Amino acid sequence: MSKFRKKGKKGQPAVNTAALPDIVFMLLFFFMVTTVMRETSLKVINVTPKATEVSKLERKSLVSYIYIGKPIKALQSAFGTAPRIQLNDAFKTKEDLFQFVEMERDERDEVERNMITWSLKVDQKTKMGIVTDVKQELRKANALKINYSTKKTDKILD
Amino acid sequence: MAKREISEINAGSMADIAFLLLIFFLVTTTMDTDTGLIRRLPPPPEDIPEDIILKQRNIFEILVNANDQLLVEGDYIQVTELREKAKEFIKSNPSFPVVADKTNASYPDMPEFKMEEVPVFGNMLVSKQVISLQNDNGTSYEMYIKVQNELIAAYKELRNELANQKFGKSYDEIEKQAGSSETIKEQKKAIKKVYPQRISEAEPKRVGGAE
Repeated sequence: MSKFRKKGKKGQPAVNTAALPDIVFMLLFFFMVTTVMRETSLKVINVTPKATEVSKLERKSLVSYIYIGKPIKALQSAFGTAPRIQLNDAFKTKEDLFQFVEMERDERDEVERNMITWSLKVDQKTKMGIVTDVKQELRKANALKINYSTKKTDKILD
Repeated sequence: MAKREISEINAGSMADIAFLLLIFFLVTTTMDTDTGLIRRLPPPPEDIPEDIILKQRNIFEILVNANDQLLVEGDYIQVTELREKAKEFIKSNPSFPVVADKTNASYPDMPEFKMEEVPVFGNMLVSKQVISLQNDNGTSYEMYIKVQNELIAAYKELRNELANQKFGKSYDEIEKQAGSSETIKEQKKAIKKVYPQRISEAEPKRVGGAE
């Protein structure tokens, strides 16, 4: 027995971390497969209402979003608190909707152009006036298949 | 000379790289699948045939005012009562198809029935019901969705009832299996024909069956 023992020899062997990258990669692939890229950053407050009779939207590539709501806190000094329409990444007015519909159509294949669902993501505190305006514009543009985006719930509380 | 071993590539930082990627994807992607109430808007105003006038008794009138109060067929009710009322109206009773006048207290303001050919059931009486929804510009979107939700639920419950009674399974099941066989597809069509979803709302003054 020597006087100076080498340090560490006696302690527990280190946990083998060779498999750690594999685990992390597994997680990574899981998230890559199950999620989609965030396309827009929200500029409006958007809490969609709850409903019981919801159905799932199939085929994400065939859904276009229209956001309606108050501007978020950071933008309220510049844009006020009146509800606004957000298309892609910018505030727009209802007059821009027609063009938006055409542009969204152009992005899709010709056969799929009439299968686009227009998902209205409207904040629950919004008044119906602006929503009705948007609906009328969509009708003019012949974009008839719409979806009122709502969260699923089991019971509506009053 | 001693044999020189090829040193292994140090893979210690592999985990760090993978973590970095993982965090990148966590931040830039979203997982939420969009759910909602799918509806179809009526075609643009110029495409609609002018003024389809429906008899008042065939219309289930729902008005929502700016204070989110409901007026259904002239009565002030709560949104929780709406589903039952709507169901009662949509279903009504085909055995009194011609009682039209309001004086008959036992059968006030219920829709007319019409003999129609339904795929599986053959000829049967189908209600001419239309639900008309009119909201104020000041109605909150939350309330509007609540009303829409109750109406869709009313139709769904009636369809389920009928499907259970005739085919021994719910309409939801039939809808799910509709792709698999022709008979189930026919069953789905039949039920849809008996209880067609007619919710009219775009131009409240010009009520037309939207479906």
